[in-house]
Amino acid sequence: MTQSNRLNQGGRIDRSRRLSFTFNGQQYTGFAGDTLASALLANGVDIVNRSFKYSRPRGITAAGPEEPNAIVQLGATEAAQVPNVRATQQALYDGLVARGTNGWPNVQRDVMSWVGKLGGSFMPPGFYYKTFMAPASMWMTYEKFIRKGAGLGRAPTEADPDIYDHFNQHCDVLVIGAGPAGLAAALSAARAGARVILCDEQEEMGGSLLDSRESIDGEPASAWAEQAVAELGGLANVTLLPRTTANGYHDHNFVTLHERRTEHLADTAAGAGREGEVRARLHRVRAGRVVLASGSHERPLVYANNDVPGNLVAGAVSVYIRRYGVVPGQRLVLSTNNDHAYRAALDWQEAGREVVAVVDSRAKPDGDLVKQARDAGIRVITGSAVMEATGSQRVSGAKVVAIDTERFVVTGKVETLECDTIASSGGYSPVVHLASHTGKRPQWRDDLLGFVPGEVKGMHFAGGVHGVYALGETLTDGADVGAEAARAAGFEEAAAIAVPEVAVRQESPTSALYQIPHEKPPLRAPKQFVDLQNDVTAAAVELATREGFESIEHVKRYTALGFGTDQGKLGNINGMAIAARCLNRSIPEVGTTVFRPNYTPVSFGAIVGRHCRDLFDPERYTALHQWHVENGAEFEDVGQWKRPWYFPRRVNGKLETMHEAVARECLAVRRGVGILDASTLGKIDIQGPDAREFLGRVYTNKWAKLAPGRVRYGLMCKDDGMLMDDGTTSCLAENHFLMTTTTGGAAGVLEWLELWHQTEWPELQVYFNSVTDHWATMTVTGPDARKLMSEVTDIDLDREQFKFMDWKEGKVAGVPARVFRISFTGELAFEINVQANYAMHVWKALFAHGEKYDLTPYGTETMHVLRAEKGLIIAGQDTDGSVTPEDLGMHWAVGYDKPFSWIGQRALTRPDTAREDRKQLVGLKPKDPKVVLEEGAQIVLDPEQKIPMTMMGHVTSSYYSPVLESGFALAVLKGGRNRMGETVYLPMSDGSVHQAEVVSTVFIDPKGERQNV
Amino acid sequence: MFHIFCPYCQEYREEEEFHPSGQAHLVRPADPASVSDEEWGDYLFFRDNPRGIHHEMWVHRLGCRKFFNITRDTATYEILETYRMGEQPSITAANAEVRREQGVQTADGGWQTVGAQPENSRLNEETPS
Repeated sequence: MTQSNRLNQGGRIDRSRRLSFTFNGQQYTGFAGDTLASALLANGVDIVNRSFKYSRPRGITAAGPEEPNAIVQLGATEAAQVPNVRATQQALYDGLVARGTNGWPNVQRDVMSWVGKLGGSFMPPGFYYKTFMAPASMWMTYEKFIRKGAGLGRAPTEADPDIYDHFNQHCDVLVIGAGPAGLAAALSAARAGARVILCDEQEEMGGSLLDSRESIDGEPASAWAEQAVAELGGLANVTLLPRTTANGYHDHNFVTLHERRTEHLADTAAGAGREGEVRARLHRVRAGRVVLASGSHERPLVYANNDVPGNLVAGAVSVYIRRYGVVPGQRLVLSTNNDHAYRAALDWQEAGREVVAVVDSRAKPDGDLVKQARDAGIRVITGSAVMEATGSQRVSGAKVVAIDTERFVVTGKVETLECDTIASSGGYSPVVHLASHTGKRPQWRDDLLGFVPGEVKGMHFAGGVHGVYALGETLTDGADVGAEAARAAGFEEAAAIAVPEVAVRQESPTSALYQIPHEKPPLRAPKQFVDLQNDVTAAAVELATREGFESIEHVKRYTALGFGTDQGKLGNINGMAIAARCLNRSIPEVGTTVFRPNYTPVSFGAIVGRHCRDLFDPERYTALHQWHVENGAEFEDVGQWKRPWYFPRRVNGKLETMHEAVARECLAVRRGVGILDASTLGKIDIQGPDAREFLGRVYTNKWAKLAPGRVRYGLMCKDDGMLMDDGTTSCLAENHFLMTTTTGGAAGVLEWLELWHQTEWPELQVYFNSVTDHWATMTVTGPDARKLMSEVTDIDLDREQFKFMDWKEGKVAGVPARVFRISFTGELAFEINVQANYAMHVWKALFAHGEKYDLTPYGTETMHVLRAEKGLIIAGQDTDGSVTPEDLGMHWAVGYDKPFSWIGQRALTRPDTAREDRKQLVGLKPKDPKVVLEEGAQIVLDPEQKIPMTMMGHVTSSYYSPVLESGFALAVLKGGRNRMGETVYLPMSDGSVHQAEVVSTVFIDPKGERQNV
Repeated sequence: MFHIFCPYCQEYREEEEFHPSGQAHLVRPADPASVSDEEWGDYLFFRDNPRGIHHEMWVHRLGCRKFFNITRDTATYEILETYRMGEQPSITAANAEVRREQGVQTADGGWQTVGAQPENSRLNEETPS
């Protein structure tokens, strides 16, 4: 196909660079500088999509982000698929492949269109709610069908080959939009020395200057734009971000900018010859001041069949002709209520095509552009409007009629004008989106017939966004506001730049016109679309108001007006105006909905940045990690830590299963000696004259008499008396302690200590510091532990000299070490702490000496089995924020008679915490030793009881014990300590029921003799 | 995403470095044994939830690790002042209007005053009782 609508000259395209592309399976060509939309129009492609609900054929309507119809699925390969791209915003590149988002098998012949044909009577607003809601159980089925029919874009099924990233940026003045106001504002602020970021969503900066008929200082407006961009680009304090959309405005002037860096070149960075470069970037900008210069969007008029391909917004016609050298048709009818739109007719005629008529709703328009049109011989029909477009696949004519806008009726005879294009303009809507993202409602201005932004702290408005439209005024406003923003950001000397000369144009006032009355009553007339993307008609809005939806927020939700990726860019004001007319109110009385981020869709890649795959969450490794990897450990995530889970060995050429490995590791500890990397345990260094007093207040037990060289196990409660964390604390010196916490609780416990010290007891002299990463911890445990240790340390290991719960300083493998005689296995154990960077040396020395004892490394799974066999709890696994020390049977660790009311004491004196039927920690022994109960399984006393059964508690920890040769579990059970020996039942989801006996929590060595051998 | 002035670091920092820690100015009963279960429950669990001016405790978790207070408007998300532990707010629900007229906010062109710092002591004296 040839580019039949392309002019021989003009536009900002490069005719020497021909690009080929594929749309809906057809090959076309365009030029460098085209958007996909301009290239499609150049090739005379009328239908680009099917509509969302009624499946009507749709063509390109606009030229910017407000485009509601030309939404495409982009990408030549599966991995490069991008849904919901607006053809008007996608630069053309060689080899581009795209297809319309809706329509199957293709947009020309659509099997869904019968729905649309019947749609008039079958699909009123709220259709889905009314039709598919009952029975509720069927909704999932309906939804699947509706979604397929609606044909929203689809996500790629293959991994994205590209990389994305985030920039955190600061600036004094962020200018959003590089049209006349934004460029002038940026120049004022930049010349004052402010750090400026100027972003614009288009391929080229300049905004409306690029398609303006006006001149600045006697030169084309676009020339001034080029000069301004060149000057800004040369300044060190200015960052220019083209192809960058300000998508979200957040609290305290935090703005997210979505920069597309390679998407204008190819569908992957590699395809663009930029292998390894960032495809899209999210700038997270904290701006001193924001200048919003987002301009305005032209509103189309709402008339019958205004969605047939060939209906365009007037300004878009000018953009396609002047920027891209494309005339999107042969014979134009322009319907307008304002002067500015006349430029579309003038541009059309100058391009050598026929303007059939300009239809103006005003009685006596006489502005400069109107005169220019009349002088050029264009027929101007006044007091009238296009009432209806004819044609189905493309406009074939325009029905024009005289109207009375006050009474909302047609007053004359209908005249049909033959044409293939209808351009319409209903005035301009400031692009207030970003100004309302933090919840500020826009304000209606009657003189502008539009909403302007409400006051937003830290934000300034320049140009069209607050209703300054005339080019000369826009430049002046931008220059002033840029200087004002710079002054507010601390550049007190900032002054407005001298603004160039622009001829003043006389304009006759715009009339208020949104929906065109039809000769038939509104609900009988052919469809008049308000929101083209969501297929919302004027009749739907009217019906919604009749059904009692009077709040504009309810009308929006009932009809879907302004939903989704569109965010009401074209249709919102028209929709509100129609609702206002139906409710007999004014537009400000009806009010507006607020807009939400994002202004236009942002790819997931840009949102995620580098926070994916290995960098999704930081990983923490112990000093011994490399050894674990080399020795085949399987790892478990504990918080951000990677901990060895178990160390499977190869036995007879076969790798052990987890069950086999854990059984072997458990027996090694119980019968010989094992070693655990316990470095991840939280360690907090506590110093100060009041350290001991402080410990007494945050732990439930007593600390007054703990001597240097001794270690004590402590419980920490919240002030509601419930267990929060546990661990040992060692007295290093009179005013110096080392606290350990659970691996997961380390950061929280440190903050907890700081909280109480800083807010409740600042008079205590005590200081905390995390030393978790500074010390590596190795637990050597088992009956042979002392033999092994004696080979590597100068510490006296005699059982009378180095007792259980003592710690000693000395050397291990020649390295300074602290060794603690504490045990989490019930066996004889030495916990060796050494400086982390010596850890590997010590670990390897232990293995060198340990070979003869078959020193066995074990992981977290074995650690869990060993501690559970001894009834030792893990805070957060066996407790859940509703468990007291008493519930755990740890009365011995609670100092009720301590002088200070320690954290949790008051709550533990309540009658509720003394109830005998509280859930208490018990052991469970399944009747069938092969059974390992499910953690979380509910306990009942009567398995025959009808559902809902009376639930008595649940399993908290459950494992298989190779020593007991049986499954065993810890559980919380109501009144559990008085139920020893009773049988309880655990019904499973598959209908089976396990039986278990309630037993002591200590399954092995009840007297605790083994840790003292 | 708040921009918060840490009254200890004396700098604006990003919200990601901070962490909210609930209502400010809660006082733990000096002698817990002497209060009723109900009073203890109120201390533990009951919190204000105003629409408008609220005093909150935050911690500069990934910074100086200090707890401090923020006076914040829960409707507009505006931070009116930040002040150190042990200090009292200069802006409260009772005097917020007067404060706005005095122009306490945006003294430095930013989003908040520094709070009960020495340079603001004059403002504290003017606070209507």
